[in-house]
Amino acid sequence: MLLIYCPYCEEERSELEFRQAGDAHIARPTNMTEMTDEDFEAFFFLRDNVKGLTFERWRHLNGCGRFFNAARDTVSDKFLTTYKAGLPRPDLSTLRPATEAIVETYEATESDAK
Amino acid sequence: MSGANRIPGAGRLTPAKTARFFFDGKSYAALEGDTVASALLANGVHLVGRSFKYHRPRGIVSAGAEEPNALIGVERDAARKQPNVRATVQDVFDGMKVISQNRWPSLAFDVGAVNNLLAPFFAAGFYYKTFMWPKQAWKHVYEPQIRAAAGLGVSPTEDDTDHYSSRYAHCDVLVIGAGVAGLSAALAAAKTGARVIICDEQPEVGGALHYDKSVTVDGQDGFTWAQGTAAKLAKMDNVTVLPRTTAFGYYAQNFVGLNERVTEHLAKPDRKLPRERLWQVRAKRVIIATGAIERHMVFANNDRPGIMLASAARTFLNHFGVAVGKKIGVYTANDSAYEAAFDLKRAGITVAAIVDSREKPGEGVLAEARSLGIEVLTGHGVVNTSGKLRVSSMSVARNGGGAVRKIAIDALLVSAGWTPSVHMFSQSRGKVAYDNETQRFLPGTYAQDCLSVGACNGTNDLQATIEESLAAGELMSNASGFTASEKLALQGSNAFAWTGGMAGAAEGAGADTTVKAFIDFQNDVCAKDIRLAVREGMHSIEHIKRFTTNGMATDQGKLSNIHGLAIAAETLGREIPKVGLTTFRAPYTPVTFGTLINHSRGELFDPTRKTPMHALEEAQGAVFEDVGQWKRAWYYPRAGEDMHQAVNRECKTVRDVAGIFDASTLGKIEVVGPDAAQFLNLIYTNSWDTLKPGRCRYGIMLREDGFVYDDGVVGRMAEDRFHVTTTTGGAARVMNHMEDYLQTEFPHLNVWLTSATEQWAVIAVQGPKAREIIAPLVEGIDLSNEAFPHMSVREGKICGVPTRLFRMSFTGETGFEVNVPADFGPAVWAAIWAQAEPMGACAYGTEAMHILRAEKGYIIVGQDTDGTVTPDDASLGWAVGKKKTDFVGIRGLRRPDLVADGRKQLVGLLTKDPKVVLEEGAQIVADPNQALPMTMIGHVTSAYWSENCGRSIALALVAGGKAKIGQTLYVPMPDRTIAVEVSDMVFFDKEGGRING
Repeated sequence: MLLIYCPYCEEERSELEFRQAGDAHIARPTNMTEMTDEDFEAFFFLRDNVKGLTFERWRHLNGCGRFFNAARDTVSDKFLTTYKAGLPRPDLSTLRPATEAIVETYEATESDAK
Repeated sequence: MSGANRIPGAGRLTPAKTARFFFDGKSYAALEGDTVASALLANGVHLVGRSFKYHRPRGIVSAGAEEPNALIGVERDAARKQPNVRATVQDVFDGMKVISQNRWPSLAFDVGAVNNLLAPFFAAGFYYKTFMWPKQAWKHVYEPQIRAAAGLGVSPTEDDTDHYSSRYAHCDVLVIGAGVAGLSAALAAAKTGARVIICDEQPEVGGALHYDKSVTVDGQDGFTWAQGTAAKLAKMDNVTVLPRTTAFGYYAQNFVGLNERVTEHLAKPDRKLPRERLWQVRAKRVIIATGAIERHMVFANNDRPGIMLASAARTFLNHFGVAVGKKIGVYTANDSAYEAAFDLKRAGITVAAIVDSREKPGEGVLAEARSLGIEVLTGHGVVNTSGKLRVSSMSVARNGGGAVRKIAIDALLVSAGWTPSVHMFSQSRGKVAYDNETQRFLPGTYAQDCLSVGACNGTNDLQATIEESLAAGELMSNASGFTASEKLALQGSNAFAWTGGMAGAAEGAGADTTVKAFIDFQNDVCAKDIRLAVREGMHSIEHIKRFTTNGMATDQGKLSNIHGLAIAAETLGREIPKVGLTTFRAPYTPVTFGTLINHSRGELFDPTRKTPMHALEEAQGAVFEDVGQWKRAWYYPRAGEDMHQAVNRECKTVRDVAGIFDASTLGKIEVVGPDAAQFLNLIYTNSWDTLKPGRCRYGIMLREDGFVYDDGVVGRMAEDRFHVTTTTGGAARVMNHMEDYLQTEFPHLNVWLTSATEQWAVIAVQGPKAREIIAPLVEGIDLSNEAFPHMSVREGKICGVPTRLFRMSFTGETGFEVNVPADFGPAVWAAIWAQAEPMGACAYGTEAMHILRAEKGYIIVGQDTDGTVTPDDASLGWAVGKKKTDFVGIRGLRRPDLVADGRKQLVGLLTKDPKVVLEEGAQIVADPNQALPMTMIGHVTSAYWSENCGRSIALALVAGGKAKIGQTLYVPMPDRTIAVEVSDMVFFDKEGGRING
């Protein structure tokens, strides 16, 4: 069970209090009715499903109720940082000390025999 | 005397404290503090079980948690039976009933042992290859037979009457393991003032000090020092000492699961106490001091009862005072086993010979053996053993061949060396590294804030372990923000430094395919099986594991994994690190389901939500149904009525007179603020600007993809205040949906959302006499049709309490929904019922509600829609604001597929035979005579008997349905095909006049 830092409550709380809410930094277009099918498809349906660093929305559902954004590594499952909704993507190079750069995976600890 | 093999003066148990227990019905004496294993051995019982596959007689292999063999059942009563308990960790208590497993009719004579003779047919992977056909036979013949023959204990069939508890804990330093290393680390950490939790799986701390009597720490006997240190720690306010507590899982961010066995060792536990307690510990830092596990030697017939780990024999002697035999042999590849022989010899036991596979054992132990007069055969191997139910001899030969000498023994102690317990480290996602020099996997790259110390870190020397552990305790405390006022120093000494060790098949394991040299006792995996797996093409250790099932039993290969790996590496011609380890997974040792599910069982499994009027409805005879977590009144049977009759009467009464209905479960959201109407414009398809205060509107909410998400009536209480209702099941997600848009997409809107579902009790009064029923109770609201028309809302009083009174209807009748603060619900319900009953009205439940709304063609989102239905599909296109420039779903609705012809549309169905009621979910076809598989053009979403219509009615989603009105379609069922006519969705009062009555 992870600890997640709520940027509104300003403290780490148990994962049980939170719900993931999809990718972050996808603004709903203001000109919805004028969008082409392709644009709408890209906005609504297409997601990258990245392996590694991803930006996603979380809600502190059983806490303050606020939606916020998080930078998380989908391989290590680690939260690199969380920040308030509406803020731009943070500069991650300033966040993590070099010693944390190693991304440990289950795969990596399993057999390297291929 | 508590067993013939108890050595007077040996061990740490008190001879005066005796207990009796039963093993397979026979009574045995034991001492308090005995494990089942030590007590059985004290009584000369080595045979305790039959093996999983071959049903070979098996005994006790270890003295601890790693035990693969000695699995027993422990029974307290009919409900409290625990199968697959390791006899080596279960304390004996007075009156305890222990049963052996996997044998029939008895342990000594087991019919299943025929499997041992049939072994050539049961090679690794046999079930993948042998039972291929006929295809059906696997499921119905082979698998049930194999499962019955192979196997472990039997699960209890009754509900567990014990209870289990749960505790969350936070600490600065968690120490896993309380041997020399763990205790030293905890001591150093505790002195800094850090909050420390130290746990150990055994009843008493000490770890290896249980058996290693040669150790002194701080000038004291090692075990005595350990108990003193634990007592000292336990007295400190900042320290929690948890014996009988296994750290079973290491999860993200230093979250560690502990399983504390609270009453498992007690004869008559206080039933108020939990049997086990789950600790969920969040530690700033973790110190792993889990020690090492001794490996057995792999040679022919190495599984006979009486063959056990050298350290286990030493534990039984030095801690429990039990000699495991009268004439023992030793087969070893490292020095530690010598000390077991020394201790037994000094206790007066005959040591027949120490067989050492090495040419050069450690000089110290060799000299000591000679001075004790023990014969040591270096460069030799045990090539076979004999003895049916207990080992009776070992056959010894020089490595590489030569004359075989048969030596009579009644116990054989084995040791191939020590495997550092890196389970916790590996579970923390740390990466192990192979140490070529010592041929061990040791902690390599750390992934979390933890440190390994002592034997699990590959540190052998006692003083080095102490110093490393003290330093780690201080370091981890510093990292948590604490500093030591003084440096701790401890001196430790022991008799011999241990050298040696081997992994894989020893001399005598045989190269051919007939020798049974077991590596995994619990799953009956032999050295030859690993070789077979490689020959069959399994080259990854993960494949070899699954093909042979090596390490897949409940002990997870604590003894066998390294042996399996070494044999695989040898057969593959690769180095061990190139083959790699299988993953260590939680739990470290088996954890009961009770511990994991804890309080979440029975009534506490899931919350039950009851409406304020629940008790009154119960008194009125309601039968309840579960709707999500809610209990809702389903129908109100009267004397002699079945459900069908009750529902028919309720439906009829509502339309003829009136009915009252508990609608409190409807979701309710108060939407308030200067921009409230603008917000609703964006959330709903409808337009809200034109809705005047005091009026209501049916609203539809879409997802961004254009499909119907929820619906409900919204009342405008004031310019800036809306009373929004949602479906019962949709309340929480609609609230989340609204919050999401408000917070992230429309944060510029000045709106507040408040869930009010549980704040309002809602009583629907529906039917021709609805107005007459409530009129005498209402103050301050003109109820006349002109002043208070359909789809209006007023605030006033009912029964003297404030109400939001809605004029609305989900039945098509004149209707009111009385909202009152929840606490007043029962009183108002009772008052309304007192008015209603004399007029001949009834209380009706959800079943009648469903039928009444279907008679009017009102949809239920989630029943008549399924997430692929647009408002147009449901004939609700009128609710979509045509002039609106934006709302959630506006663009989705315009997608080509959503405006295409031939979409499934909601229509009515009338069976040609009016008595036939369709089945919900049944498929619809155009031509019932077409070839299989038929083209299905839709399905039935709602189907009921309508007493008011005098016939069956149904709603269905049918492709191009609206254009098919009047046509005949077919519903094929297993026993017949039902002809139906497509109709519109309104079956009763098509003109809709009654609603405005």
